[in-house]
Amino acid sequence: MSLLRQSTLIASKELRIELRSKEILYTMAFFGGLLVVVYSFAFPREPKAILGSMPGMLWVTLAFAGTIGLGRAFDREREHDTMRALLLAPVPRLAVFLGKAFAITVLVLAVAALVMPLLAVFMSLPDDRLNPDRSGGLFAHPGPVILAVVLGAIGFAITGTVFAATLLKVRSRDVLLPVILYPLLIPLFVAGTKATAALIGGRADFEEAWYWIQFLGIYDAVFLVVSVWIFESLVIE
Amino acid sequence: MSRFAVPVFAVLAALGIVTGIFMVFMKAPLQYAVGADGSLEGSSLFFNQKIFYFHVAHAFWLFAAVFVSGVASIVFLKTRNARWDDIASAAAEVAVAFGAVVLVTGSIWAKAAWDVWWKLEPRLTLSLLLWLILLGYVLVRRFAGATGDRIAAGMAIFGMVGVPFIYTMVNKGDSHPQAGSKGVVATLGAEYRITFALSVAAFLCWFIALVVYRVQSVRAERELRELRELALDRGVLS
Repeated sequence: MSLLRQSTLIASKELRIELRSKEILYTMAFFGGLLVVVYSFAFPREPKAILGSMPGMLWVTLAFAGTIGLGRAFDREREHDTMRALLLAPVPRLAVFLGKAFAITVLVLAVAALVMPLLAVFMSLPDDRLNPDRSGGLFAHPGPVILAVVLGAIGFAITGTVFAATLLKVRSRDVLLPVILYPLLIPLFVAGTKATAALIGGRADFEEAWYWIQFLGIYDAVFLVVSVWIFESLVIE
Repeated sequence: MSRFAVPVFAVLAALGIVTGIFMVFMKAPLQYAVGADGSLEGSSLFFNQKIFYFHVAHAFWLFAAVFVSGVASIVFLKTRNARWDDIASAAAEVAVAFGAVVLVTGSIWAKAAWDVWWKLEPRLTLSLLLWLILLGYVLVRRFAGATGDRIAAGMAIFGMVGVPFIYTMVNKGDSHPQAGSKGVVATLGAEYRITFALSVAAFLCWFIALVVYRVQSVRAERELRELRELALDRGVLS
C-alpha cells in the first residue's frame, strides 16, 4: 500500500467518524458563526473600519474555531484509547500524521466555507461608486482569498496536528494547545490577514496578495517537512 | 562545567556592565537626526538613544537563546539525553527574562523617540514574537506534566524554524525611517562601536552566568527526582 493510500484511508476514517456524529463540525461552525455576530456588534460600522478589520475577523475566527476542532478531534482518540491502536496499525507514523492533518484541514475549511459568506453578509458594504476604495467586500476577488484560506488551513492543520497529538495524554491540554499554537502560528495568521487585506476593497493589490500567498505556501512546505521529521520523536506512546 | 564558571562569568559581567554604563554616558557619541538629504542635523541630539546599548545587547542574546534552545532540543529529541534538555530549558528561561528587559526598554525608548509606548517596529515585533514563543515554551514545560520536556522541545524547534518567517513578515512593508540598515546605528559613526561591543560582551557574560547557573540547578532537580524514583522503586522510600 502506498503512503498516499494509507494516508487517505486514515483521513477518510477520521472524516467518516465525524460525518456520523457531526459533533465537531456543528460546534465549530456554530462557534464561528457566533464570533461573526459578536464582531458585528463589537466593531465600528463605518466602511473604512469594516474594510480594515474584516481580514482580522476572518483569520481570528479560523484560529479560534480551528483550535476547538483540533482539541476535540484528538479528545475522541483519547476517550476510546484508540490513539495507541492507530499508532500500532501497520502503517508508517507519517501516514497517521498526514491523514490526521488532512482531516483537520477539511474541518477548518468547512468552517471557513460557512464563516466567509456570513462575514460577507454581516459586514456587507454599500456599493460606493464615488469612492471605489470603499466598496467590494470579502468576495471582491474570491479566487486568491480562497487560495490564502486553503493554504492557511493546511498550515494550521500541520502544526496543530503535531502538538494536539503530543498533548493527548496531558491533563491541561485544553489550555496548553493555544499556548503552544498561537505564538508559533502568528506568522501564518499575519500572512493570511495581509493577503486578505490586500484583496478586499475596490482596489486590490494583487502583487502584495501574491507575496503573502507565496509566503503561506513556503510556510506550509517548510513546516510540513519539520513536522514529518519531528512527529515520530514526539508522539511515542 | 566547572563550578568556577558561574562566579567567573558573573564577575566579568559585573565589571563589563559597570564599565559599559560609564562608557555609555561618558564616551559614546550622541545620536544625530538625519535630514531628508541624508546630512546630519547636528543641532538635534537624542539623548534617549543611550538606552540602545542596553536594549540591543539584551535583544542579541534573546535571539541567540532561541537558536541555542532549538538546537539543544533537536539533539535532545534525537539522543534522548536529558542533559541537552537542561540546556534548552535553561537558555529559554533566561531568555524570557532577557526578553522582558528588551520589551520594557523598547517600550521606554519608543515613548521617548516616537511618543508612543508601543509601535510595530520590525525588530521590536520580532523580539515580542520570539519572547512569546519562549514564554509558551516555559509554560508548557511547567504545566504539561511528565511529557512536558518533549512537547516543549518540539515547540523550541518549531519556534526556531519559524524565525526566518517572522523576520520576513515583520520586515515586509516596513516604511519607518528608523528601520533597516540606515537606522539609528548609521548616524552614530564609528565611535559607538567600542561601547556597543563592550555592552554586548558584558551582557553575554551575564547571560552565560545565568544559563550555567540555571543548567546546574535544573540538572540537580532532575537528578534528585530520578534518585527519588529509584528509591521508591527499590522500596527505600515510601
